[in-house]
Amino acid sequence: MKRNGNVTIKMIEAVGTFAENKDVARDIRRQQILPALEQKKTVTLDFAGVESATQSFVHALISEVIRQYRIDVLDQMIFKSCNDVVKNIVSIVTDYMQYEEEPTEADAKPKRTRR
Amino acid sequence: MRIHLPNSVFLGNINHFLNGFDPSEPDKLEITSHPKWFWVHPVVLCMIAAIGKPVRPENVRFESLARTKHYLTRMGLFDFLGIPPDMEIEQHEQAGRFVPLTQIKTSDELTEFLQELQPLLHLQPEDVEPIRYSISELVRNVLEHSASEEGAIVCAQYFPNKKMIRIGIVDTGLGIRRTISDSYAVQDDLSALRLALTPGITGTTNRPGGSEQNAGAGLFFIKTIAYVNRDPFVIYSGNAMYKLLKRTSSHIVLRANPLDDRHSKESNLPHWQGVVAGIDIGLEKTKEFTELLDLIRNFYWQSIKEKKKEKYRLRKPKFV
Repeated sequence: MKRNGNVTIKMIEAVGTFAENKDVARDIRRQQILPALEQKKTVTLDFAGVESATQSFVHALISEVIRQYRIDVLDQMIFKSCNDVVKNIVSIVTDYMQYEEEPTEADAKPKRTRR
Repeated sequence: MRIHLPNSVFLGNINHFLNGFDPSEPDKLEITSHPKWFWVHPVVLCMIAAIGKPVRPENVRFESLARTKHYLTRMGLFDFLGIPPDMEIEQHEQAGRFVPLTQIKTSDELTEFLQELQPLLHLQPEDVEPIRYSISELVRNVLEHSASEEGAIVCAQYFPNKKMIRIGIVDTGLGIRRTISDSYAVQDDLSALRLALTPGITGTTNRPGGSEQNAGAGLFFIKTIAYVNRDPFVIYSGNAMYKLLKRTSSHIVLRANPLDDRHSKESNLPHWQGVVAGIDIGLEKTKEFTELLDLIRNFYWQSIKEKKKEKYRLRKPKFV
């Protein structure tokens, strides 16, 4: 799939060193991640400087994205400069979101798109 | 309402204290104590502050001759009750010892509270990780599910000699049974506690993977932090209490059903309208947080493999 550029979101500017505020996560998802994916852009979530995150935060950030675009959306997302804690939390959330259903080729397309 | 503070209340023996709590006549509060000396877990102070705050000060009676009641003053209990402490105390520096009773009503207040936690307790960054994680998840549960205008009441005390922090988080909202029953059929308060501690169960939906804001994993993570580190964890709502007891086996096995862990439970306690959560976190024996997350991740992976019952390759996020 042809991509139309890249959007980088610097998480530290929105959440500080401890990413736990789910309201902020929801706003980033709605205002930045989903619109960028709709425009077929690659989204880079830059966690440089973020020491830790809660599972609830990462769930609020990306679970609905995975649900809408299915798990193949991970090809369009890059998790940059994550330390081991953040890597683990992100992996836990992407893992359990795959518990819900096994992706198929037919599922690879976004579940719903808005124009 | 009546509360008696015995000689000592910690999470290990809190059942006796809870059984003695009398929630009748909610417009009055009478507090008595052991005559000479007492110490109570911060979760008890949170409970008293939560139920005492709405009571008119003239209807609050505090009877205690114990010299140790200055502890209650320092933790800010009398400010919540709106009554004078009836004693002069020498205020010690707050930092390094405790987090006084604090009411958190909004998401931003929680973020601010967590930012102050580390300097307030004089902890190393690696020590503060499981503490701020647990407090964040428990207080966000209150803010999102309790429907209480009073939010959460939190306090904590650090014991440098034991390298242990004891934390209480309490609300007087809907309670777990009421919130879980929005999505699941629950027969009683204990069933509701069991469901709330089970990964993937949230009151916001019965859909696997949860809703866009909730996965039903927060309490499971906290129980797991406590289980792995051999720390006690208590949760009490309605008439029921679940207490995770310290792990005795050296072998670590994460379990989805909290009743499969070493625990004790009660289902006929005096009714608590809301949720009471107490946790002790021993810093000396705390497992590296990343190791703990590895365990949780492996637990989910095993669950997926069991569900799929076939060779299944998980898609991985791209880290750069």
